Amino acid sequence: MANGSLAHEVSYLKYEGKHKGIAGWLLTLDHKRIGLMYLMAILLFFFVAMTLGILMRLEMLTPGETIMRPSTYNSVFTLHGVIMVFLFIIPAIPAVFGNFMLPIQIGAKDVAFPRLNLFSWYLYIAGAILAIVSLFTGGGAADTGWTFYVPYSIRSAQNVTMTTLAAFVLGFSSIVTGLNFVVTIHRLRAPGMTWFRMPLFPWALYATSWIQVLATPIIGITLALIILERLFGIGVFDASLGGDPILYQHLFWIYSHPAVYIMIIPAMGVVSEILPTFSRKDIFGYKQIAISSLGIALIGYLVWGHHMFVSGMSDASRVVFSLLTFLVAIPTGVKIFNWVATLYKASIKFSAPLYYVLAFIFIFSIGGLTGLVLGALSTDIHVTDTYFVVGHFHYVMFGGMGIMFFATMHYWFPKVFGKMYSEKIAIIACTVIIIGFNMLYFPFFILGYMGMPRRYYDYLPQFQGWHVLSTVGSWVLVSGIVFMFGNLLYALLKGPKAPMNPWGGTTLEWKVPSPPPLENFEEIPVVTGGPYVHDKPTYIMHPGKEGLNGNGVVKTANQENAI
Amino acid sequence: MNQITELVDNSFIFTVTISVILLVGITAAMIYFVFRYSEKNNPKPDQSITGSTTLEILWTVVPVLLVLAMFFYGYEGFREMRNIPPNAMLVKVTGKMWFWHFEYENKKTSDTVLVLPAGKDVRFELQSVDVIHSFYVPAFRVKEDCVPGRTNHLWFHTSTEGVYDIECAEYCGMNHSYMLGKVKILPEKEFLEWVNKVDTVKKSDSVSAPPTGNVKTDSTNNSQVKTDSSKTTQVKTDSTKSPVKKPDSLKVNRKDSIKKNK
Repeated sequence: MANGSLAHEVSYLKYEGKHKGIAGWLLTLDHKRIGLMYLMAILLFFFVAMTLGILMRLEMLTPGETIMRPSTYNSVFTLHGVIMVFLFIIPAIPAVFGNFMLPIQIGAKDVAFPRLNLFSWYLYIAGAILAIVSLFTGGGAADTGWTFYVPYSIRSAQNVTMTTLAAFVLGFSSIVTGLNFVVTIHRLRAPGMTWFRMPLFPWALYATSWIQVLATPIIGITLALIILERLFGIGVFDASLGGDPILYQHLFWIYSHPAVYIMIIPAMGVVSEILPTFSRKDIFGYKQIAISSLGIALIGYLVWGHHMFVSGMSDASRVVFSLLTFLVAIPTGVKIFNWVATLYKASIKFSAPLYYVLAFIFIFSIGGLTGLVLGALSTDIHVTDTYFVVGHFHYVMFGGMGIMFFATMHYWFPKVFGKMYSEKIAIIACTVIIIGFNMLYFPFFILGYMGMPRRYYDYLPQFQGWHVLSTVGSWVLVSGIVFMFGNLLYALLKGPKAPMNPWGGTTLEWKVPSPPPLENFEEIPVVTGGPYVHDKPTYIMHPGKEGLNGNGVVKTANQENAI
Repeated sequence: MNQITELVDNSFIFTVTISVILLVGITAAMIYFVFRYSEKNNPKPDQSITGSTTLEILWTVVPVLLVLAMFFYGYEGFREMRNIPPNAMLVKVTGKMWFWHFEYENKKTSDTVLVLPAGKDVRFELQSVDVIHSFYVPAFRVKEDCVPGRTNHLWFHTSTEGVYDIECAEYCGMNHSYMLGKVKILPEKEFLEWVNKVDTVKKSDSVSAPPTGNVKTDSTNNSQVKTDSSKTTQVKTDSTKSPVKKPDSLKVNRKDSIKKNK
């Protein structure tokens, strides 16, 4: 019964249509194959950027030159930031798992615009190639930091033009994906799936997609202006030509602050999927979690100025931005409280994905709470542009989005590949990651409060002890990550076959075979209840077949009414 | 103790204390639930629990009050930082790749070392002649960017004598991490001696404008010559007499400062 009546359909991994072999992937319109192609590319860049991160930590082991020159270090931290932000963190969960799971979770055969979906993958690859080419052409890799602050980014002789062009192209990939998801969610939900019967991962993607569609064009224009300024000296940002450097910071953060919610909201969406599955009960405060995603997206638009508390912005705007920044903490807090409350009176099956989620809640809380220190005006003025900020955003970005990306991989691995991994090794790896992560990044808070500025190639001797601890932490963290990926890779090659629903999940992806067939469903299912109801079926998988639903159980009166 | 330092540290301690309480609470509850309601200890989950309006209101309203208190504490320190005493002594700070230049009210200038009298309010006008720098004195908890084309302000009270670090906190190119300096706080008498003595030497040399460090970098001088020259003309007065700073000379400065620290 495990693979149900869909067993006769071929899995999307094996399906051969018009094109075979590699062309069957590169020309595919299947959202699942496109998701996997994103996964390959994104993991590649994750490892590149992680390697750059290790090199940075090695350089920081001792004051003065350890392994590289200052100009090399400046390029390395720029690339680490650009690759992590634009090629990994922003696209990782929406483009890989959003693509893969969104249509299945809302009961659709694909996204609304499959060709546009493939196009956005090619835009991503084009942006990535531009980024790689920029390393070896012109004056060498950009050295501006991922923020490209003017006037330095205008004056730098390194290849900043091509790097910003890469980010510009990647922005379009993000916009197109966002647009596709918004339309998909509006138009392709299965019959009976009202907004408040939609799983929380699609809710999170919906909030994210709106930010992508509305905010990304601003960074596109801003980066285009930098390119024009570098090429023709148009004088929009350069003070010596009558421009304003502060204007650039406003434009940059009007996108880049909402962008941190593009990064984190999908991760929060997955938390809301994993918790009810392993708790064996409905999520606590479904509506509040769904609405708080929109709340974060909305308030997140209005807080960009908190990146500029020492830039010389007017005092009044600093006060207003500080107040608004504190308000964005509220919906985030609501989510965390609801997640923890979900565990109350549950029947918890402790497994790897849940363990990663618990690690996420702990680490992300530290990240969020240190954000309060940065939101308060007086403390921010002391710690902004120091390691405190670096610590904070690694806790929320890596500890938040990164750890949840690992959790997501473990949660949906059996569904995506149809194989099972060793849970024991996954749990050991996660423990190593938690220890390494905190060893690496917690000293940053102390260094920052001591006054260690960020983006420093060299440092004063009083900071060395914490830098050494942090560098050792980076080795622990990386061993954990390598161990974790090794386990998944081994499972991919030699793992046992995964059943249709290994975790006891209630959402639609667990009601189709692992891996799912080409168009996901034989018949579009009918939805009769909420997404996380454990004690009665809420989906009718074969509404056309009289009398039976997907689990082979006789229809309830409730389900009859829904049809 | 310095008023600003105190306000910043108190605000920090307040926020961190509440944060630690919340973090410990959340983590403890989470770990307790995972064990207490494990599959083994609680085989039958309570499916009736799907939310609670009372709790939702509670954990919305209480955090709102907490963050408003944090906002207020932060605002108080900020108000003090922006409340520049009217009779404060003025020092003009100019950020340049990659050193700090200070000019006193009597046109006396100094590079890298900022000498100040103890027990005085000092106001700084921050400017930059090339890219954005950020004037950061961790010991006094103050920081403000030096942005080309505008003047930003900052002040602090020099409470006790001593030597404190100045760092550039906004990334500004190759030698960003060597753009360091020292605040040297002397008793008022010694300070007056210093500030007047050097000033007369300068006057006899008839140099009244700030000297410019003619910094050439590997990374900025190639394609950007046009912009560079247009910028330097604004301040360049006597390039032959002005000290020529090179990255290695800055390194020497830095090593000196390390020795002092030890």
